[in-house]
Amino acid sequence: MADAPARLLIVDDTKVNRMLLTRNVEMLGYQAAVAENGKIAMDLLQEESFDLLLLDIEMPEMDGFEVLEAIKLIPALRDLPVIVTSSVEGIDNVVRCIELGADDYLPKPVNQVLLKARLSSSLEKKRLRDEQKILLRRFATSEVVEDLQESGFALGGSRVHVSVLFCDIRGFTPLSESQPPEETIELLNAYYSLMFEAIECHGGVVTMMIGDGLMVLFGAPQPLDDTAGCAVAAARDMLDLMAKFNVDRVAINKPKINVGIGITTGEAIAGYAGTQDRATYTCIGNTVNLAARLEAHTKVVKCSILIDQTTKDGLADENNIKAIGDASLKGISEPVAVFSVE
Amino acid sequence: MVECPIDLSVFNELKEATGSDFIKELVETFMEEAPGILVDLKGAITSGDEDQFRRSAHSLKSNANVFGAHELAELARQMEISGLGSDQEVANQKAIALEAVYDLSTGKLKDLIDG
Repeated sequence: MADAPARLLIVDDTKVNRMLLTRNVEMLGYQAAVAENGKIAMDLLQEESFDLLLLDIEMPEMDGFEVLEAIKLIPALRDLPVIVTSSVEGIDNVVRCIELGADDYLPKPVNQVLLKARLSSSLEKKRLRDEQKILLRRFATSEVVEDLQESGFALGGSRVHVSVLFCDIRGFTPLSESQPPEETIELLNAYYSLMFEAIECHGGVVTMMIGDGLMVLFGAPQPLDDTAGCAVAAARDMLDLMAKFNVDRVAINKPKINVGIGITTGEAIAGYAGTQDRATYTCIGNTVNLAARLEAHTKVVKCSILIDQTTKDGLADENNIKAIGDASLKGISEPVAVFSVE
Repeated sequence: MVECPIDLSVFNELKEATGSDFIKELVETFMEEAPGILVDLKGAITSGDEDQFRRSAHSLKSNANVFGAHELAELARQMEISGLGSDQEVANQKAIALEAVYDLSTGKLKDLIDG
């Protein structure tokens, strides 16, 4: 199937120019939308998706320079190719456009042959960038992709304040051995879709998936205001979604799937670890270890969600939080206060 | 004979590239839009609005160039670069001269699309 034609946004304050540029790009097989000043263009850019911006400079309300500056501040628009088409006087104005991030400058009236060449080259570059991003997103979270695009790749870590959530399926190994492998993968995929939905909705970032186990960060790589609140809200949503999922399972005579979740809050080291060729975004420290232990401890105390003292202290609403006493956990020297989220 | 206010090679090239129906519509749009720009330009002289003056001259220049109205474009360009200046009377004279060339140019454009 052929790709959909690229969609361009034409920004120009005179109707003659908007009409002519629309005609020009449509004759080249592209789709066009128009805006009559920078302000309208910025609104449209945030509502709809475009592949390229054809931008005039002299405009009332918000001029082309201001549009270029505004675009740079919006991560989602940072990769949008911009070709300035104008008849501004003075080479310094052209230089200013390029310095502000415009990919190219075409003097008006626009030469059709030149326009064709510039458009196809800019769109091809964008297509390659988009492809790369999609590929990267499949293996890393969009937050990690954004972080990588922002600061580039470098092995190394930084100290972060995070809430760490571990989750896994109770009795998953015996279950997976009792059914065909296809069914197990299908179950895992359904489970992951539900868990990711709950996690992403509260700003969490999945950094590890091993079998049926998940490790999730709240507060890294991008900082989050209320890491404990978000993590606990995500955990509650995860349980709600699993309850609904189980209604469907029971209806077809399949066993229920139960999950255990452990959450801790505190300092940790986060960053890219590995080699220059293969690395992963990860998080290490006592906060992480404790979360894994709490998750394992849910089996012992038969609770679905366990949290530590710092997470509890971080919650604005402590209703339905029950202290279940101190627990001695493997690998943790001192007994720790554990709370259950009901 | 007075020199033609429209560069026919530019006009014909545009017509060939975009089609005769389209260029007719484009000229008509110009003739609908430009009087408003001229009003803005004259208004800017009266109110001393430098930005509005420059922007109006710029728009006229840009549109005039589309159709090969070189003389109109050049007058507008000079106004865009020089700005309002200190003498309002001089600016008014320039606007009157610009309007005269505008009338000549659009008259010719009208002939061209009707012909």
